Amino acid sequence: MQSVLEWIGRHQEIIYIVVLMIFVGIEVIGRVPSVLHTPLMSGANAIHGVVIIGAIIVMGKASSDNYLALILGFVAVVVGTLNVVGGFVVTDRMLEMFSKKKKQS
Amino acid sequence: MEQNLLTLIYLISSVTFIVGLKMLSHPATARNGNFVAAFGMTIAIFGTIFHYQEEGRHLGNYPWIFGGILIGAVVGTLAAKRVKMTAMPEMVSLFNGMGGACAALISLVEFDHLSHTDGVSVEPGFLLIIVLGLIIGSVSFAGSIIAWGKLNGSIKDYSFKGQHIFNLLLLGVIIGLAVYLIGWMPTQSIVVFYVIFFLSLLYGIFFVFPIGGADMPVVISLLNSFTGVAAACGGFLYENKVMLTGGILVGAAGTLLTILMCKAMNRSLTNVLIGSFGASAVGGGPSTSVQGTHKEISLSDTAVLMSYANKVFIVPGYGLAVAQAQHACHELEKLLESKGVEVKYAIHPVAGRMPGHMNVLLAEADVPYDKLLEMEQANEEFSTTDVVLILGANDVVNPAAKTDPSSPIYGMPILDVELAKHVIVNKRSMKPGYAGIENELFFRPKTSMLFGDAKKVLQDLVAEIKNL
Repeated sequence: MQSVLEWIGRHQEIIYIVVLMIFVGIEVIGRVPSVLHTPLMSGANAIHGVVIIGAIIVMGKASSDNYLALILGFVAVVVGTLNVVGGFVVTDRMLEMFSKKKKQS
Repeated sequence: MEQNLLTLIYLISSVTFIVGLKMLSHPATARNGNFVAAFGMTIAIFGTIFHYQEEGRHLGNYPWIFGGILIGAVVGTLAAKRVKMTAMPEMVSLFNGMGGACAALISLVEFDHLSHTDGVSVEPGFLLIIVLGLIIGSVSFAGSIIAWGKLNGSIKDYSFKGQHIFNLLLLGVIIGLAVYLIGWMPTQSIVVFYVIFFLSLLYGIFFVFPIGGADMPVVISLLNSFTGVAAACGGFLYENKVMLTGGILVGAAGTLLTILMCKAMNRSLTNVLIGSFGASAVGGGPSTSVQGTHKEISLSDTAVLMSYANKVFIVPGYGLAVAQAQHACHELEKLLESKGVEVKYAIHPVAGRMPGHMNVLLAEADVPYDKLLEMEQANEEFSTTDVVLILGANDVVNPAAKTDPSSPIYGMPILDVELAKHVIVNKRSMKPGYAGIENELFFRPKTSMLFGDAKKVLQDLVAEIKNL
């Protein structure tokens, strides 16, 4: 119990961010029309690609003789980039469809 | 100085994620919102590469990092550009799985680091975050791959008796092992860690396996928010604010989005997750055994009926998407319009495989926006409609949703196509729809069946109408 409280005390800044972000996340997409559900999900999918930053850090600080870290880190960077780039491009392609018909009408 | 610069970059990125997500939820600003978020992501990535420091040292292994990013970027762009609009949902699922895999890999490497630093006592909190990232990331990865396979048809629904109990047990074992690992830190911890990894993958697979294809959007959305949380675990690990904000933001927004999607289908999340759509109808026995005969209609009759109608409604469903028939559909619409027939589309909120999927597909074929009516509007207009042409839709027009409380889709709002004078249903066969339930509509006196692949039928129909 003691250690848990201590841990919370030491990481309070981060815990605050988590709690506030939960509210922001809920607030931000409060009233989304059902037409946009799929693009929004795809956009959110691209945003959680920030996990790539963790992969870059892992990769960047791996010592050159630690092959496990190098290989796993490299794979992590590749799949993370796939998530980010693929996510944003797919979202853009979906939304392109929407803007095209906006211009016509 | 440099650290502070990076802090500023991360701050800007976090703001762009929030603003981007906000803009994404409004039709007019959605596309720009995507750009805003992508910009934030780009500066965060390059800021990390060049300015991140740990104990005063910059990151190394630049060739590896840039090589990985280059490969990921090229493959990701090509895959995203080449994929057909109909296959979008499974593409999103696949990319989501990649994010989950990334989070799990980070945990693997970090744990490996820990197990090499002997003597230094590891904080339980730190270990907890690593294990959490591993579990959630792996579940998300395995689940997304299964969802991807299910959507593109390579993996069939599979469930066995007592699967829910098996899943719960599996989850219990994973949590138990995690607690054991963190609380007691056994000497064989690396073995325990890999067992957790393996079981989490297994859980991801069995978690998605029994869920029917019709519910996949909800599952993908849920896994999407899982990956968000996994990314946030990484943020905790490195005390990295941008990972934390981005991950939690998606975790929260994704969860809400999942609930919104469920609401559009008028079902609860628990119902989706443990209801195993379809299985109940098969096992339930007497619940939905529709008897009767259906009548078929020929192409030329359909052509006559439609070209002399005043108002025609088209109800597109997943069958249209599979057959890539959206262009043929638009052609039919133009031809009928030139003959003075009013043509409109009735779009059910969950038509296709994902909410909004049908709108995107029809927009691709240049169908004007004002012709797409949402369910409520369409239902008001059906009574003045002469012909309703249903293209590969099934569950969204199934009257059982209104009349049969034992039906798995009971309570879902449907399109009241029966108010129209004639209903023509195009399907490939009499097989039940994706939810695996019979549709009484097909046996009603007003309904005629027009069998065949949606695209071929539409093309023949266009030719037939031209010949009239």
